[in-house]
Amino acid sequence: MGRTIVPIGPYHPLQEEPEFFKLTVEGETVVQIEVQVGYNHRGIEKLSEMKTFDQSTFAVERICGICSTSHPFAYTQAVEDIFPVEVPMRAKFIRVIIAETERIHSHLLWLGLAGHFLGYNTVFMWAWKLREEILDVMEILSGNRNNYAMFKPGGIRRDIKPEDIPGVLKKIDSIIPTLEMLKKAVMDDPVLHARTKNIGILKKEDAINFCAVGPTARASGVKRDVRKDSPYAAYDQFPWEMITCEAGDVFDKLVVRVLETFESIKMVKYCLNKLPDGPIDLNFKDIPPGEGIGHIEAPRGECFHYVRSDGTNRPARHKVRAPTFMNLPTYKATIIGQTISDATIILAGIDPCYCCTERMGVLDTKGNRIYSGADLLLLSQQKTENIRKQMGVK
Amino acid sequence: MIYIFVCYGFLLSAMMGLIASWVDRKLTARIQYRVGPPFFQPWFDLIKLSGKELLIPTTALRQVFLTAPVFGLASVILASTILWLNDLHASQSFVGDLIVVVYLLMIPSICIMIGGFASGNPLAGLGSSREMKLILSYELPFILAVLVPVIKSGYSLRLNDILAFQMQHGVMITSLSGFLAFLVCVLCIQAKLGLVPFDMPEAETEIVGGPLIEYSGICLAIFKLMKYMLLFVLPFFVIILFWGGWRLTGVHLWLGLLKYIIFILLVVVIRNTNPRVRVDQAMRFFWGTLTGLSSIAVLLAWIGK
Repeated sequence: MGRTIVPIGPYHPLQEEPEFFKLTVEGETVVQIEVQVGYNHRGIEKLSEMKTFDQSTFAVERICGICSTSHPFAYTQAVEDIFPVEVPMRAKFIRVIIAETERIHSHLLWLGLAGHFLGYNTVFMWAWKLREEILDVMEILSGNRNNYAMFKPGGIRRDIKPEDIPGVLKKIDSIIPTLEMLKKAVMDDPVLHARTKNIGILKKEDAINFCAVGPTARASGVKRDVRKDSPYAAYDQFPWEMITCEAGDVFDKLVVRVLETFESIKMVKYCLNKLPDGPIDLNFKDIPPGEGIGHIEAPRGECFHYVRSDGTNRPARHKVRAPTFMNLPTYKATIIGQTISDATIILAGIDPCYCCTERMGVLDTKGNRIYSGADLLLLSQQKTENIRKQMGVK
Repeated sequence: MIYIFVCYGFLLSAMMGLIASWVDRKLTARIQYRVGPPFFQPWFDLIKLSGKELLIPTTALRQVFLTAPVFGLASVILASTILWLNDLHASQSFVGDLIVVVYLLMIPSICIMIGGFASGNPLAGLGSSREMKLILSYELPFILAVLVPVIKSGYSLRLNDILAFQMQHGVMITSLSGFLAFLVCVLCIQAKLGLVPFDMPEAETEIVGGPLIEYSGICLAIFKLMKYMLLFVLPFFVIILFWGGWRLTGVHLWLGLLKYIIFILLVVVIRNTNPRVRVDQAMRFFWGTLTGLSSIAVLLAWIGK
């Protein structure tokens, strides 16, 4: 059978970001996939190295528009890790509140988009309508609907006023019935089952081999969640459940996200009710030389930041690894052999965020790519070899 | 005859179709917590589109690409003329007009398919092949369902006879076989209109509009107008077959309108409570469940139920 190349991207209504999937198809079956990112490289790591430690928090907040808190969260933890300091408990709770509220909005956003990709625009609009309430909550808590600017190394920037809390709790409670209804509508719909069950299965061993993170891994039965594995902030202060499913298909990814939304609502409510008193900021001035890592569970999976300080007021090196970077290669396991109709929802199934993933792109002056994937691998192996030689390791 | 062709077949049907498409868009918007377009939006869309530049891709077969929408629209107008003829000049209707209408209503889908293939775009080609599979799947149950009123009215292939039969013996939809066939027809029409759950030929988020991807300007406007008119002509056809038609006198005018509105509501509700299915699932559904249902309906009609 003849092979055709179906391009998805760089501009395609499927995804809001520029990225390119070259699907080689036989009839309607995908036999090969090639992913190209790099259309939206913004040099944030370099930018961050030119800013002070405080300013970098704002820079990394702009890495992702949807999970905009996860990057400052990981970054501040990395900075605090340089000279281990303990953040005040109130700040930890407020960090959890912000991060979990963001998870609710991010999962609702994904649920809506997944509906849209499947042609189910009613779910799209309903989920986004619910998300609107969460954005209002965010506005009450932080003053911003997106890019909350709540984090700073050593604590948080703004306190939550006690008089705001009842209103926020009421607003969160008000969305629960609609969310329950949406959950039922999504999880019991037979046509939706037909479209998402047994589609794009990521087997458990594949999920482990590809180092999948976040809901993508948890849907395949891999119990992997930074919040449980190495608790940070206040996640060890209260009980909560890690949601896992077994099958690893698109439906299970959906179920994991929907159930996590409910879990996050519980966490936010607990934290708001039990918010401890005390300072919210350590107010430290100087950051000694050293290096630190911070990793947190973003809505899409583990978000990892590495910061090295040389004693000045700027990070000497700042490295970011967004969760999509780890989830992207799972396409190799999930998409081959599926049809194009399913390919789109499988591509969307990992809740990808390509702009966050783009850390590097090497182009010549005419815009052509100089390095291919194989070249980069070779380069990386050579570098490792050099480091080994320098350190005298065999 | 020309008068009916222009005034009823084209202008009235087009107007009804445009209004129906507004109802569809507005209702959809309200279901989805949106505001929705103003009443004249479909008119504005068409006027604006026809003023836009017409681009013909270099890979396209120029003549096929340009004439496909015209043929599609012409066949819809012709079908609607034949349907109106039953109301206005029943004496001029002819034996076998049912078959002609079924044929004519298949041509718009085929035109979309041919236009898509002619554009030379791989995504359009993909959409066209899906359209082809979809036509193959829904035509069988649709024709079987259409057979039910034919059998019940004493093997008449003339729409007017079917209407006359319903005048005397009550509408088809009240009998068991008629009701089953009506249900099958509703779902087939959803596919013929290319609406969710059977909109995979156009599937915007998968293949970016499929066959229509390369169309612009007046050609796209004609395709849009054709789709709007189908939104009137197809329900009209089914109402004639199963629901006693739509006479333009006295209380029957309003009753007919009510039937039509119920039909459109049904289409909109199905459209908004389902995700898009895959083409193989659609095929299984049409050839399995619906063909089974319509065969049962035909059998029931044959034994007189």
